[in-house]
Amino acid sequence: MSNTMTAMVLHRLWVSFLTFIFVSFVVFAITNMLPGDIAEIMLGQAATPEAVAGLREAMHLDEPAILRFLRWLGGLFVGDLGTSLVNRLPVSEMISGRLGNSLKLAAVTTLLSVPVALLLGIASAIWRNSWFDRVVSTLSIAVISVPEFMVATGAVLVFAVYLQWLPALSFANEVTSFTQMLRVYAMPVVALSFVISAQMIRMTRAAVIDTLRTPYVEMALLKGASRSRIVLRHALPNALGPIANAVALSLSYLLGGVIIVETIFNYPGLSKLMLDAVATRDMPLIQSCAMIFCLSYLLLITIADVIAIVSNPRLRK
Amino acid sequence: MKNLVEVMNLHVGAVTDSGRKVEIIRGISFSIAPDEIVALIGESGSGKTTTALTLMGYTRDGCAITGGHVFVDGYEVSAQTEHERANLRGKLVSYVPQSAAAAFNPSQTILTQVIEIAQIHKLGSRDEARRKAIELFRALALPNPETIGDRYPHQVSGGQLQRLAAAMALIGEPKVVIFDEPTTALDVTTQIEVLRAFKKVMQGKRIAGVYVSHDLAVVAQIADRILVLRNGEVQEAGDTRQILHAPAHPYTKTLIAAYEPVRHDRAAADSADAPVLEARNLSAGYGAPGQDGLPVMLAVNDVSFTLKRGSNLGVIGESGCGKSTLARVIAGLLPPARGEVLFNGKALPGLASKRSKEELRHVQIVFQLADTALNPARSVSDILGRPLTFYHGTRGAARNRRIDELMDMVRLPRALKNRLPGELSGGQKQRVNFARALAADPSVVLCDEITSALDTVVAAAVTELLQELQRELGLSYIFISHDLNTVRAICDEVVVMYGGRKVEQLLPGQLDGGARHPYSQLLISSVPQLDPGWLDNLKQNAKIVEQFAHE
Repeated sequence: MSNTMTAMVLHRLWVSFLTFIFVSFVVFAITNMLPGDIAEIMLGQAATPEAVAGLREAMHLDEPAILRFLRWLGGLFVGDLGTSLVNRLPVSEMISGRLGNSLKLAAVTTLLSVPVALLLGIASAIWRNSWFDRVVSTLSIAVISVPEFMVATGAVLVFAVYLQWLPALSFANEVTSFTQMLRVYAMPVVALSFVISAQMIRMTRAAVIDTLRTPYVEMALLKGASRSRIVLRHALPNALGPIANAVALSLSYLLGGVIIVETIFNYPGLSKLMLDAVATRDMPLIQSCAMIFCLSYLLLITIADVIAIVSNPRLRK
Repeated sequence: MKNLVEVMNLHVGAVTDSGRKVEIIRGISFSIAPDEIVALIGESGSGKTTTALTLMGYTRDGCAITGGHVFVDGYEVSAQTEHERANLRGKLVSYVPQSAAAAFNPSQTILTQVIEIAQIHKLGSRDEARRKAIELFRALALPNPETIGDRYPHQVSGGQLQRLAAAMALIGEPKVVIFDEPTTALDVTTQIEVLRAFKKVMQGKRIAGVYVSHDLAVVAQIADRILVLRNGEVQEAGDTRQILHAPAHPYTKTLIAAYEPVRHDRAAADSADAPVLEARNLSAGYGAPGQDGLPVMLAVNDVSFTLKRGSNLGVIGESGCGKSTLARVIAGLLPPARGEVLFNGKALPGLASKRSKEELRHVQIVFQLADTALNPARSVSDILGRPLTFYHGTRGAARNRRIDELMDMVRLPRALKNRLPGELSGGQKQRVNFARALAADPSVVLCDEITSALDTVVAAAVTELLQELQRELGLSYIFISHDLNTVRAICDEVVVMYGGRKVEQLLPGQLDGGARHPYSQLLISSVPQLDPGWLDNLKQNAKIVEQFAHE
C-alpha cells in the first residue's frame, strides 16, 4: 500500500468519524425536540412540582442541552446507552438480544442474496441482450416494483396458510436444529432477499458491462483469452469499486429498513423494538436504536469506499 | 498457397441501432506474402480497421462477416468457430492497438499483460515468457528492460506504452501483426522513436504486417505495399513508391494533394497597422496560487505576442505545451495569473463574465471537437441563431436570412438547417462550429486544433475555407495546431511553444531550415515526409531528443 493510498483511507475514516458525530448530534437534537417533558410523563399527572423538579435534577434534565449531549455521547463511546424510561432496564441489555436477532437475519440474508445477486448480475452482463439477460432484468424490475409487504404477505398466504409447509411466525430464540432454522428463516430471508437483490443485480450488471466495453477487454479477446479469463482477470477487478458500493447500499437496508418484514413475520428484531419504543416514548431506547441504524449504514458505506480506494490501481505505488 | 494471408471478396455487414442493415466492407480482396508489410490507408469510416481485424476472425459489436473468405497461414478464419479463432489469436495473428493507454488493463502490471498470450496458449513457463519479454523490451529500445514490466500502465509514458503493446503482440511469435494506427495518439517527436523501433523489430524477425493508418507519410516509412480504401472498397493497390509517386486513382491523388496544402499568397498585412490583439507577459495555470502568486501547475509561462489586423498567428507545440491554455486565457475562460490581453490597444478583463458584450463579440473561440462543442439536442439553425440574437438582437425573418448567409459562407447546404449535429458528418459539424463563431461578426477567431480531428482531405477543405473567409471578412486568426503543414499554409507568423514558454517566433519561410532554437529544429525535423527513405535518412541530435521529446 502506497503512502497516497494510506493517506486517502485515513482521510476517509476521519470523514466517517465526523459524520458519526454529526449524526449523533442530529439524533439527539430531534429526539429532544419532541414535545412533552419526560419527567412529567414518567411521574404522571398527579405528581407534585417538587417531585418533578427532583426527578429532572436526578436525570440531569435541568442541565444545558449541550452538556446533556456530551454526557450522552460519552456514554455511547463506553457502551452506556442509558436506562429505559419504561421498565428501568439498561438499554444495552434490552437491545443486545434484539440486535443479535437482527444481525442473524441480516447475515443469513446477506449470505444468500449477495452471491446470487453478483452471479446473476455478472452472468447477465456477459450474455447481455440474450433471453437470459432479459428474463433477469424483467424479473428484477418486477421485484423492485412490488412492495415488500405484498411479497411477505403473499409468501405467508401461500406457504403458511395454503401449503402449511412453513410456520407463519418466526421466533428466532426457539431455533435448535438446522432444519428448524431453515423453516423459521425461509420466508423472512426470501422476502428480504427479493427486495435487496434487485438493485445489486442491476448495478453489478451495469458496472461489468461498462468494463466489458473497454479497449483492454477487447485486447484480451484479441489475445485469445477465454470468456471466463476475460471476465475474471480483466473486467471484474476494475468493476470492484462500483459493485462494492451497490452491495453496501443494499445491505444497509437490512438493519433499519426491515420493519415491515419483522412485523409481518413477528420477528423479534431491532426495528420492532424501536417501533415499540416510539409508542411508549422511551427516548433513550429510540436514540440508541437510531444510532445503531446510522452506525451500521456508515460502517457499510465506509467499507465500500475503502474497497474502492484500495482496488484503484492508480493509487498503488 | 504461397501467400501468408489471402482475403477474397470480403463483405462485412453491420446492424445500426435502429435495426437497419448496412454493408461496411464491400468486396475487398488482397494478399500478404510472408515478411511483407501492407498498409491499409483511408479516412475514418473507410473500413480499414474492420478489414484488418477480420484476419483474426473478429468483428466489433453489431458487425459480422457476411461473405467472402479470409485465409491466414492455410486456416480459413472466416469459417472457424469462436473457439478455433481464440486458439489462433495472439499466436498466429496479433494486434497492436491504436491507444495502448486504453488497451492496457489499469489493474495489472505491464509484464503480466505482456506475457498473457504465452500463458493463454501455454507457450512455455512464466520464467521463459519473462525472459522473452525482456529481450523484446530491449529490442524495442525501452528503458530499464529488466524492471519496466513490474510497473503499472499509468506509470510509464505514452510512447513507451505503445512499444510495450508491440512487445505484447510479438511475445507469441506470430506470423502476422496488425498495427492499428499505433502512432496516431503520439507526439511527432515521440512517434519517430516508436516507428524506428517497430521497423527494426519487424525487419529483424521477418514478420508480415498489416499497418492501418490515415497518415500516408507514416505509412510510407514502413509499408511495402499500400491499399487505399474508401467506403469499404479498395480504390487503388500498389507498391509504396508507385502509390506515392504515380497514383492512378483520382482519390489517391486527392489524398496526396491534401497532404501538402498549397500556400495561398495573400497581400501581406500592413505592418504600420496597429495590432488588433496583443498578449503581454501572460502567465496562467491550474491549482492554488503558490508563494510567488502563480498557480502550482503553470501551463502558460510569460508568453507575449502581437496579432496584426488581417493576419494570422500560428501557435505550434506538442501536447501539454500550454497552447490550448493560451487560447482559453485569451478567450477569458481562464483568468491569467499575470499579464494582460489587449484588444485594439485596450486591456480586456481577465474573465469572460467581466467582459462587455462588444468585447466578447470581437474575440470568438472555435474548439477542437465539434462533437462536444455543439449541443446535440439543438438544430443547426438554433445553434447559429442564438449568437445572432445574443450579440445583435436579430430575430424572425432577419435572423433566418442571416442563418442562410452563414451557411452559404461555410458551404453548408441550406437543407441541413433543421438537422441535429448528430446527423451531420465530421466536416459538416466543424463548419457549423465555425459558422457559430462567425455569427458574432468577430475580429479575431481563436482556432484551437480545429482540423486535428478531421480526415486529411476534409481538413484541407476546411483550411481553404478559413482562408477564403479571411479574404472576404478581414478576419484575424490565432491558429493553434500541432500540424506543421496546416500552420505553414495559413499563418503569417508562427510561435513555437514548449513547456508553457514561447521558445521562438518564426516566419513561415523559416520553418524549413530557419529555426534557431533546438526544440523548434527537433519539432520541425520530426514531421514525417512522403519520401519512403525519410525515416532511415533522418539524423537527429540524440542529446536534444533526450532533452525535449516527451517520452
